[in-house]
Amino acid sequence: MRRRRSTELTLTIAGPVILLLVWEVLSRTETINPLFWPPPSSLWETTKTLFLEKDLLGDIGISLYRIIAGFLVGTVPGIALGLVMGLFWPMRIFLMPLASAIYAVPKIAVLPLVIIMFGIGELSKIMIVAISIFFLVALNTMSGVLAIDTQFRDVARNLGASRWELFWTVALPGSLPAIFTGMRLSLGFALVVIVGTEFLAADKGIGFMIWQSYQTLRIQQMFVGLVITGIMGWALTLLLDLIEQVVVPWRTAGEEA
Amino acid sequence: MPSPYSMVNKRINTPTVMAYVKGTSQSSAHDSPPRQPALVKSRTVDSGARVVARNVGRRFTTASGSVDACVDIDLTVEPGSFCVVVGPSGCGKSTLLRMVAGLDHPTTGTLDVSRLDGRAPTNAMVFHGRTLFPWLTLQQNVAYGLKLSGMDRNARLARARELLGMVGLVDFQRAWPHQVSEGMRQRTSIARALAVNPDLLLMDEPFGALDEQIRYLLQEELLRIWERTGKTVIFVTHSIDEALILADKIVVMSAHPGTIREVIDVPFPRPRFMTEVRSDPAFADLFTTAWSILREEVETGGAFTEGTA
Ligand SMILES: Nc1ncnc2c1ncn2[C@@H]1O[C@H](COP(=O)(O)OP(=O)(O)OP(=O)(O)O)[C@@H](O)[C@H]1O
Ligand SMILES: [Mg+2]
Repeated sequence: MRRRRSTELTLTIAGPVILLLVWEVLSRTETINPLFWPPPSSLWETTKTLFLEKDLLGDIGISLYRIIAGFLVGTVPGIALGLVMGLFWPMRIFLMPLASAIYAVPKIAVLPLVIIMFGIGELSKIMIVAISIFFLVALNTMSGVLAIDTQFRDVARNLGASRWELFWTVALPGSLPAIFTGMRLSLGFALVVIVGTEFLAADKGIGFMIWQSYQTLRIQQMFVGLVITGIMGWALTLLLDLIEQVVVPWRTAGEEA
Repeated sequence: MPSPYSMVNKRINTPTVMAYVKGTSQSSAHDSPPRQPALVKSRTVDSGARVVARNVGRRFTTASGSVDACVDIDLTVEPGSFCVVVGPSGCGKSTLLRMVAGLDHPTTGTLDVSRLDGRAPTNAMVFHGRTLFPWLTLQQNVAYGLKLSGMDRNARLARARELLGMVGLVDFQRAWPHQVSEGMRQRTSIARALAVNPDLLLMDEPFGALDEQIRYLLQEELLRIWERTGKTVIFVTHSIDEALILADKIVVMSAHPGTIREVIDVPFPRPRFMTEVRSDPAFADLFTTAWSILREEVETGGAFTEGTA
């Protein structure tokens, strides 16, 4: 078990480290143009300056806030709708065409509409994230409900479960794994959408910082933004994994009890 | 990890189990006052449920046409009796059991489950296959029915622990179903059905996934439980041997569409012990009778002839 742990840790770290090393070497030897691909070691100074003088922490904070708030605003009703669609077939048939159509629209394309509806303030940023993940979560939740073996419903009914108890003790726990799959996908979407939105319509946030660096040709600063975006995505996924371990312990539990 | 066999052995032979046996009646009388006292005190045959089927049939209508799962089932299962159903695969045994459980309804005929004292009978089914809730631990699975009936948390977990002890799984109460073997899961689902102390126990090949030794132990355990509680049991199996050890009556069903081909009375005295039943000269005769009928049905059903053609 312990050996497995340390192997896991090594493998987790190895990927990024190898990538950075290769990049460093290629850049230092000028195999790739260091003007556009500055060596990672040179980013360190830039990062420090950004934190101390340019309020990078503020940019990260506001982006995280938009992602998490938008995530919650989109996920909670998404799960509710997914459960309803999974449990009641008329609702499913009624909403399915709509859901699949809207689901397929590139999310950033609705940004102008969202700005018209919610203004140019924080609300529109939260809403664009919420809207772009809503159907993803709903459809995943629905398929989770539909995938529950009907035998479980029979067992519950046989032991006297009411409809309400069926919902709480079978439909909800049974669809939790699929709900988490939907949420994990949503997290990626949320990050993409928020960076895109901040490119186009924000005066703060990590996306704004990347775009501004590009426009002023501060390549090093831009790379810092990219790396931080990656770290944010990784950290949020890790957080979701931790939550999953608490909420869905039966799926994450290993062989040992 | 201790071997499951040794655990079951230990459980069944130690006084703990006997204490549990006595304890059940007391604690169940205590747990749900409205129903229990009569059942526990008298422990006579009038406490189980009676099942009466008259011309029961079930037709499934699917996109590709309709299928009769069973037709013209006429059957009376007396309160407190042990009825075993055998028959070729696909003859409608599970369908019949589901209808008795109220999970499905006959398309023809009438099916009546009642208690002599007029109160509503309760039933619990041990389903075929993997039916433990993956999201509950073994203990929570066993306590599930008790939770629905409103028993408080500590009481139901304690009772679940007792029942898991009885099937030799007390050390695994906190495990998730995916962490234990198929046989352990099956034993847990038996405990889950017994936990609610039903008037009518419906068992769909409950020992099918178990190895022979555990099977023997649980057959005897089931006989003991049945002898002291007066439940009515309807038990589906593919094993004639198992049927003879457990049953008062063996219902042999015909090949698809299933109907009752023969009812065989099994006269061995109660309380029954497997070794005694097996060494009884009548055992071989009954086995031969049952097998010759069943053989015909299995052959008509095509399973055998097609397989070798
Ligand atoms: N929900 C259903 N829809 C359509 N047909 C069904 C359904 N359930 C059962 N059947 C059909 O009814 C027949 C009897 O099925 P059932 O499961 O009751 O058989 P069984 O006697 O329990 O078989 P086995 O011994 O293999 O478990 C089969 O032909 C099956 O195809
Ligand atoms: Mg069956």
